Amino acid sequence: MSMINYASREINCKLVYYGPGLGGKTTNLEFVYNKVSPNSRGKLISLATETERTLFFDFLPVDLGTIRGFKTRFHLYTVPGQVYYNASRKLILKGVDGVVFVADSQIERMEANIESMQNLYDNMAQHGYNLTTIPFLIQYNKRDLPNAATIRELQAALNPGWPVEDAVRQKQAPDPYHEGEFLVEQLDGQWVERAPYFEAVAMTGEGVFDTLKAVSKLVLKSLGS
Amino acid sequence: MPPGASSWSFREEDSTRIHSILSDFLRESSARTGMIVDRTGQMVAVVGEEPSFDPTAFASLTAADFSANDQLARMIGEPEFGSLFHQGEKESMYLADIARRVILVVLFDSRTTLGLVKLRVRGTVGELRHVFEEMFTRGASGPAQVETGFLGEAEDEIDKLFGA
Repeated sequence: MSMINYASREINCKLVYYGPGLGGKTTNLEFVYNKVSPNSRGKLISLATETERTLFFDFLPVDLGTIRGFKTRFHLYTVPGQVYYNASRKLILKGVDGVVFVADSQIERMEANIESMQNLYDNMAQHGYNLTTIPFLIQYNKRDLPNAATIRELQAALNPGWPVEDAVRQKQAPDPYHEGEFLVEQLDGQWVERAPYFEAVAMTGEGVFDTLKAVSKLVLKSLGS
Repeated sequence: MPPGASSWSFREEDSTRIHSILSDFLRESSARTGMIVDRTGQMVAVVGEEPSFDPTAFASLTAADFSANDQLARMIGEPEFGSLFHQGEKESMYLADIARRVILVVLFDSRTTLGLVKLRVRGTVGELRHVFEEMFTRGASGPAQVETGFLGEAEDEIDKLFGA
C-alpha cells in the first residue's frame, strides 16, 4: 500500500524480502545499508534473537530524493525465515508494494525454498493480494557455493510460471535481464509468465543492487499505471 | 493497482483537519506529542513537541507493535485491543486504533495523567475516524496516482542511488 501524502509531499513504498531461514535476506539489507550514502538512508532496525536470527523483522528506509516535488522513499523489510515465525511474517506483508524472494541456491535447501515460496503465496492470498499482479522477483543467492543447484533446477522448482489468461498479455516478452530468455512465453500450447530472477552473492554484494533496482522500478511503475 | 494493495492519498486539507484535531487534543490533555501512524508502518502526521527520535523507525515499530498485539488479542478470544499503553519511568505512550487502518500515538509525561489522556483520546479517536473514513472512501473511488514524467525521473534517481 504505497502512500502518497500530498500534504507533506511524500511517497512511501514498502518492499519485503521473503524466503527461507538463513537464505540471506538480512545480508541483503546490511549490504544496502553499508553501501548507500548515509544521507540517503535511515537507521537499520533489527528485531533479532541473541544469535542474530531475525525474530520479527529488519527495517531500512532508503530515500530516493525529491522527484517532481515528492520526497520518495522505500521502506525495506525482511521477514523471519524460520518456519515457526509465520505469524510475524504475515504481519510484515501487510500493505506490501513489492516482494523479493531470496532463495538459497544450495541443493540441500531446495525443500526449504519450496516450502517458503508456498508460504508466501498463502500469506499473500490471506491478505487478499495476488503475487502474480504485484511487483515480484526472485533472487537466487549464494551462487558462489560449490553445492549450488543450477539456475535451471531452481527455476523449475521455484519459478515454473503461472498461466496467462488475459489474451492481451499473451505475447512473447523477453526477459530484459537474461538474453534469449522470456518472462512471458508459450509452453506446450499454454501461455505462462515467470517472475524476473537475479543471481546473487549477498555476502559480497553481488546482485544485491541489481535486485533492488529492478524491484524499485517495478513498484514505481505500478504507481504510475 | 493490484487488488488488495489499496493505495490512499493524503491531501493538504486532510492534513489541516488532522492537525487541528490533534492540536485540540494536546491542549486538553496536556500530552506532549500526538502522531498518526498507518498500519503498514508509515508516519502520517506529527503534532506537538517535535520528537528527538527517528520518526520513520518509530512508525515501523509502532505498526509492528500494534499488529503483534492484535494477534495476541485474537488468541485470547478478543477481536482486537483497541488501545495499548506503555508505561515508562518518565515518558509513557498510549496507542489507539482508528478505523482499523491507522494508529493514534500519544506521548506524554508527568505533566498529565493516564486517566486524562484516556478520557480525551476517546473523543479524538471518534473525530479522527470520521476524517479517515472519508479519506479511505475517496481513495476507493480511484487509486492514487503520480503525475506523468515522475516515473522517468524516478528511474534515473534509482540508477544514481543504486548504481547504473
